[in-house]
Amino acid sequence: MIAGNGKAKETVIEVRDVKVGFGDRLVLNGVDLDVYRGEVLGFVGGSGAGKSVLMRTIIGLLPKRAGTITVFGQNMDAASDAERQAVERRWGVLFQQGALFSSLTVKENLQFPLREYLNLSQRLMDELALAKLEMVGLDASVLDKIPSELSGGMTKRVALARALALDPDIVFLDEPTSGLDPIGAGDFDTLIATLQRTLGLTVFMVTHDLDSLHTVCDRIAVLAEGKIIAAGTMETMLASEHPWLKAYFRGKRSRAGHVADTAAQVPAPAP
Amino acid sequence: MADALLIDSTDGEVLKLAAAGAWTSTNARPLEQQIDAAARRHAAAKQVAIDMAAVERLDTFGAWLLERLVRAFSSRGAATEIVGLKQDYRALIDELHQVKLEAPARRRGGGIVGALAAVGRNVAAVGDTFTAILNMLGAICVAFARVIVHPRRFRFTALVHQLDNVAWRGVPIILLITFLVGAIIAQQGIFHFRKFGADIYVVDMIGILVLRELGVLIVCIMVAGRSGSAYTAELGSMKMREEIDALRTMGFDPIEVLVLPRILALIIAVPILTFLGSMAALYGGGLIAWLYGGIDPEIFLQRLKEAIDVKTFQVGMIKAPFMALVVGVVACVEGMKVKGSSESLGLQTTASVVESIFLVIVLDGFFAIFFASIGM
Repeated sequence: MIAGNGKAKETVIEVRDVKVGFGDRLVLNGVDLDVYRGEVLGFVGGSGAGKSVLMRTIIGLLPKRAGTITVFGQNMDAASDAERQAVERRWGVLFQQGALFSSLTVKENLQFPLREYLNLSQRLMDELALAKLEMVGLDASVLDKIPSELSGGMTKRVALARALALDPDIVFLDEPTSGLDPIGAGDFDTLIATLQRTLGLTVFMVTHDLDSLHTVCDRIAVLAEGKIIAAGTMETMLASEHPWLKAYFRGKRSRAGHVADTAAQVPAPAP
Repeated sequence: MADALLIDSTDGEVLKLAAAGAWTSTNARPLEQQIDAAARRHAAAKQVAIDMAAVERLDTFGAWLLERLVRAFSSRGAATEIVGLKQDYRALIDELHQVKLEAPARRRGGGIVGALAAVGRNVAAVGDTFTAILNMLGAICVAFARVIVHPRRFRFTALVHQLDNVAWRGVPIILLITFLVGAIIAQQGIFHFRKFGADIYVVDMIGILVLRELGVLIVCIMVAGRSGSAYTAELGSMKMREEIDALRTMGFDPIEVLVLPRILALIIAVPILTFLGSMAALYGGGLIAWLYGGIDPEIFLQRLKEAIDVKTFQVGMIKAPFMALVVGVVACVEGMKVKGSSESLGLQTTASVVESIFLVIVLDGFFAIFFASIGM
């Protein structure tokens, strides 16, 4: 494992026996999950399986019915407001639709968390906004635009830059590559990998994108029927005989499946 | 007192800057001051070595300030090197070294030119709004004609739904407001007319004022605030979420599907509300005339019959559908003007209410001239 380096792995998020439901339906029924420092965890599951629900529960947007969630060793249920805020300052969230503030310019969006949490000079904030924007592959020309003037890929990049504004230790990404073309999605994957290395981030990524799982994720956790049915590296997933995992990772759209398909169609070369 | 995060010493030609402590976001402010001070103090330095070995932690904020320090010296031609930097931080420093600080081109001109440009834009915007209103009016007429030719295409359910919102649910508040206005006019009239011993003429005043002008005006202002704003917000948020584009791609005309039922609902609702409102205002006026002015209901009614005729009533009622049309068209035009942001939705809703109230009052003025010239 890349994150290993022989050191003992430090757990930054610990989810134990979490149950979340809406009305009569229990979406998460006893989820256990560990996220280790410095890794990129890909979180997969069928549509409506509750991936985003778990993410929103961890960051405190949804109430849970049972279980404990510990972030940086802090039990989030027992945390006081101040302790909670201290933890919240150490994570950044990229929402599926970007969730940029639509009435603020890109620059104001990026500076919003800086202005609220830190006491910085305007010059430093301006320079940092530009620096973060260039880190996510954009340039000064978008600074004065408002979110509705941005394309889908630009919106995701600006939202990522905002999620990174306070130098978080963990970033939560909710389907970061959905709605991007394959080239844009590939660029975004590379970007996440680069930023993860440069800033030493822990990344929790909800995704459907098999390419992202192959290229950037150190470890994959799979959610089905309200539980984590598997967690481990890509090799473990490919080797698994669980029917859902087989269908997901070795199905028609996966790389393995694709290779098998084309191999079957191409006639064997003459000896 | 902040800790020293940067200690300077000179070793012959070489300026040595020893960094210490946590170079992180929480220390960014004192760190920035110390860095700028150091850069100013040693403006003449030819060779600079920045020793980062004693730095406990470094984040983007600290790394950027280090980069700024390096740039300050290198831009003056000093040879600058960073020593003792932990390997983990190397990638971050390299990344930030790539950042180009070009100031984005300013778009706005300053001072007087900017103010004049803003005035010009606003004047042009008034013209644009007027054109848009005429455009919408035309589109509504076309859609209406199409619906008359093919009555099956008309959205009857939508019309009933809008009538429920605009007319039925609006009745209580409109009755209350007009009742109060009628009562206030009666009280003020009696109070002042009494000085001349002309109490009884209060009945003439209430009758003519309410039936010709106030009933319809107050109802239209209420409807602009209640339903016009709702129309703008509904259409605006549908525009924001591309629902209107979706309708268009499915081959529907948004004017026919969304705007026409709303406008027709207003045209039906406002005369009904005007009638109810006028009755409530007369009732309020009569009640106060009786309780405060001592004019018996019988005398009030008899006097009212003499003071007004059907024409007075007709004048108010004829105006009602035209004013409803103005409120509806303005609301829909402003709704269609909404762009992507939530701020724009708020702006257009405000504009919708202000414009429709203004235009209703202007239209009332034109009607006054018109009715006077035809002797009604």
